[in-house]
Amino acid sequence: MKISETWLRTYVNPALSTEELVAQITMAGLEVDAVEPVAAEFSGVVVGEVVEMEKHPDADKLNVCRVNVGETELLQIVCGAANVRVGLKIPAALCGAILPGDFKIKKSKLRSVESFGMLCSAKELGLVAEAEGLMELPADAPIGTDIRAYLQLNDHSIEVDLTPNRADCLSVEGVAREVAVLNQMPLNIPAFEPVAITNSEKLSVSVEATTACPRYLGRVISGVNNQAETPLWIAERLRRSGLRSLSPLVDVTNYVLLELGQPLHVFDAAKLAGSITVRYAKNLETLELLNNQSVMFDEKCLVISDDESALAFAGVMGGSYSAVHEDTTSVFLECAFFAPLSIAGKARQFGLHTDSSHRFERGVDFELQNRAIERASQLILEICGGQAGEITEVTTVSELPKREPIRFRETKLNKILGMSFAPENVCRILESLGMKVVAQTDGWLVTPPSFRFDIAIEADLIEEIARIHGYNNLPNNQILVRSSLNQATETVLDLDRVKDLLVDCGYQEAITYSFVDENLQKTIAPSAEFIRLKNPISADLAVMRTTLWGGLLNAALHNTNRQQTRVRLFESGLRFVQQDGETLQEKMLAGLALGNVTAEQWGEQERPLDFYDVKADVEAMFALTGCNVQFVADSHETLHSGQSAKILNENGDVVGWLGMLHPTLEQQLGFETPVFLFELAQDLLLQKRNASFKALSKFPSVRRDLALLVKEETTADDIIAAIQSCPEPLLQEAVIFDVYRGKGVDDGFKSVALRLVLQNQAQTLTDIEIDAIVSTFLKTLTVKTGAKLRD
Amino acid sequence: MSTPTDDILKQALDELATTTDLTSLDAIRVQYLGKKGIFTAQMKELGTLPPEERREAGQVINQAKDVFQENLDAKKIELEHTALAARLANERIDVTLAGRGQKVGGLHPVTTTLRRINKIFASVGFQVVEGPEIEDDYHNFEALNIPAHHPARAMHDTFYFDAHRVLRTHTSPVQIRVMESQTPPLKVIAPGRVYRCDSDITHTPMFHQVEGFLVDTNVSFADLKGVVYEFLRAFFEKDIQVRFRPSYFPFTEPSAEVDIECVICGGEGCRVCSHTGWLEVMGCGMIHPEVFKSVNIDSEKYSGFAFGMGVERLAMLRYGINDLRLFFENDLKFLQQFN
Repeated sequence: MKISETWLRTYVNPALSTEELVAQITMAGLEVDAVEPVAAEFSGVVVGEVVEMEKHPDADKLNVCRVNVGETELLQIVCGAANVRVGLKIPAALCGAILPGDFKIKKSKLRSVESFGMLCSAKELGLVAEAEGLMELPADAPIGTDIRAYLQLNDHSIEVDLTPNRADCLSVEGVAREVAVLNQMPLNIPAFEPVAITNSEKLSVSVEATTACPRYLGRVISGVNNQAETPLWIAERLRRSGLRSLSPLVDVTNYVLLELGQPLHVFDAAKLAGSITVRYAKNLETLELLNNQSVMFDEKCLVISDDESALAFAGVMGGSYSAVHEDTTSVFLECAFFAPLSIAGKARQFGLHTDSSHRFERGVDFELQNRAIERASQLILEICGGQAGEITEVTTVSELPKREPIRFRETKLNKILGMSFAPENVCRILESLGMKVVAQTDGWLVTPPSFRFDIAIEADLIEEIARIHGYNNLPNNQILVRSSLNQATETVLDLDRVKDLLVDCGYQEAITYSFVDENLQKTIAPSAEFIRLKNPISADLAVMRTTLWGGLLNAALHNTNRQQTRVRLFESGLRFVQQDGETLQEKMLAGLALGNVTAEQWGEQERPLDFYDVKADVEAMFALTGCNVQFVADSHETLHSGQSAKILNENGDVVGWLGMLHPTLEQQLGFETPVFLFELAQDLLLQKRNASFKALSKFPSVRRDLALLVKEETTADDIIAAIQSCPEPLLQEAVIFDVYRGKGVDDGFKSVALRLVLQNQAQTLTDIEIDAIVSTFLKTLTVKTGAKLRD
Repeated sequence: MSTPTDDILKQALDELATTTDLTSLDAIRVQYLGKKGIFTAQMKELGTLPPEERREAGQVINQAKDVFQENLDAKKIELEHTALAARLANERIDVTLAGRGQKVGGLHPVTTTLRRINKIFASVGFQVVEGPEIEDDYHNFEALNIPAHHPARAMHDTFYFDAHRVLRTHTSPVQIRVMESQTPPLKVIAPGRVYRCDSDITHTPMFHQVEGFLVDTNVSFADLKGVVYEFLRAFFEKDIQVRFRPSYFPFTEPSAEVDIECVICGGEGCRVCSHTGWLEVMGCGMIHPEVFKSVNIDSEKYSGFAFGMGVERLAMLRYGINDLRLFFENDLKFLQQFN
């Protein structure tokens, strides 16, 4: 909400600079977003009157004016505006004036006629963005007065960003009330009398929806002239509050809205059929609104209707049919209190947000309607003339908001704020905020005023005391809290440790959106069931990821498209998998690698990454946990069928997958090199085995290397499993340290070099013992895998 | 005796002097002291002398041998030094060339920031808790005193799945989940991803928050101020100006926004702080009695405070990052700056 500082200061004028005032209200919880001067910098412009005027001898569109600017002699000024005429008062820039944009006014000649200044439009003074013709000043504008002083242009528009609880400050009077409290000053509320009733016309009003509309006031004003000029002071106050002047009737309702915070509406009385009813809409009932938008209501929307149809969307916006026009002569002025809950969300339902709905949703003072309608009536009569009819009021007292007394304990106040307040200060603050305060033995009974919708419990009162006292004047405590020792678990590895490992392996951590493009999702995981956002921000962020690979692949592409040839990324976060109607939110850790094993460097042969390089990184993570996992060849829809492995833990749970991106996807997504991916479930990955000590042997260990000839399809795991199937307690280690194919090995076979390490706890092994053990291993290997010792 | 010992010695020393490598040095040693060496031959010849001359002649030869040996040793050390110096010179490399092998990667600046935040709070015993990102309406709104159609809902541009499920708009639902399952005293921080249906230069549809809260029998606003104050000073490693401004959150009362002196301009006023000299960094307040009620905690017995902060915002201020969107593009040129 924007308000004019000068307007505000008519209510209360503390001895504070603009900056200080703005800081003060910000620190009271009315955050000021911006402060802008209401007019651009200019000087040397005064109120002038066109006294004489004649056509320019050499130019059709120019007039030579003689202008009274309050000096002894009239000034000759050449003017091209269409609305210039004798008797008009206008802003006149004198020689030496500087207009906005550092535009200096000098004596000049226009087609050989001398001109000693310039007559100005509102645009030329930087008041508005667009203007036609000269700015017309009221007839009583004092000639020769500096225009900045006359229009009070040394003013600021203060934009206050109010939190939803402070509806009471959605008006100049409301903000002024706060300023008065903060400065302990009285508030000057302009007094006005109820208008005289000079008209017997009256519309009957019936309120069906009394809960939604506990109070409704209306009156007919006939004989109005909506073609009258809105007074400059109103137009200027509207402008400084960010509103345009439209027509005097509408301007008045907007003015009162800004002044008091009460939304009003004027209907063209000639368009109304019969009486006024406040009711809920019929299902599918339609109405064309003032902004020409047609809405179709449901039964929860409140409308104002006449005997025939809905006229207005109550508390939100009027209808176009019953709106006032230039030739409107009789109006029905509405001023109601709609209950916040009946308006809340209604405007938004139709994509609307109006000054009116904004206030009603948050709460308008329910005692304000009479004053507001009288104020609006007074202004209409002053500007548009006319005769006011009697006010019709329908109030259902039982439905008006209640203001119950709140028990406010001194001990609670002091405990929550961590300091003690003098009771008289508490009383003073509360009373200045418009609360009714009754002293009690342990504190007070406090009744909030009708304009506060945010004070219902003790905590709300504590906040008011804190706010007015100043949050920064409240004490700061050193942290003194009860502590207990946290467990230091060893059975779950810290994810941070795993992340650090990946970082040490050259991976860069990425954070990608949890929602992805539906096409990408379907491309990389065609069979995964996903969940869709109802209101995505865009099509490329529309469905929840079922794998972290989508985001990583996108991030990798972002980089390969920017001349990066080597990318290693990982991410941790949730994936969202639909299963039996449930959405599982599973913590995953995923990685991607492409390009060479190492960054290009001197003295080292470059080698493209392969499965085993990435497998080493995955194995390193499991090495941190001390748990054994098994890599089982298996196919995955995202991965190369010959280079993908399912990772199982000792319980047979699937911890995750590792493999090369399927070549079809690689091409489809636009990669030019193979991409390796892994994704692991954090819960399973981070299960850690506690270390347990085994005694060291004092006797030497013995190593035996075997060169085995096996069929191509025999896997490393087959060989190791065969060795481990022998119940040999002396075996310390069985590791494959080389695989050879080629000369000397038949096609379809490979030579596998196996290292066996044996050690006895009790004695040194003899050659005979060792040979016996190795020969048992060999026999088992031959039986289980068909392995033969290579010659 | 064929040649006088003196002459042999002189000849031997001459040969030593002209030798330049260890191999020929050794050959000289063998030539004079070896089994068939010249001095050895002379010693053998002693037997041919009359016994009375043997002793004196032996002494002469031995003295000559000693002199030769001394010179030989000295020469050997000298040649060894020379050889070593030559080897060292020969093996000189350019130590300024880069080392080889895998280069380390790095953590995302959001993670680095979160770790710092977690570490600061863990040091006074806060426990780190996480919660689901797809939340139900109850935990994200209702239990936090934000009923349907509450104007505060308009402040959260919410992503919906259906009538009851949303992407959490803040980390505050974790507060509810913890208070539902644990009893005070509670000291918890809850970091994580949050989502708002909003995207422009200063908003991304996903970002990170850290929620923190403390519930005990005697917690006051002064405690909240103290914790926030100390946290911000620890985080920015600076005795930074902090101010508390009244604000509104449905789940706290009293509520405050926390501003710090602009870390970019030092409070002078710049574009980042909109020329105010202050930067909004977190929201906080005393936990609302309605929130306690929804988790069955007696607000007469217990009180507590809660605070929430945007991690990207803190990271931007800490590292001088000027575009929020960079966090989620994952450009290596961006990420590697924080390694």
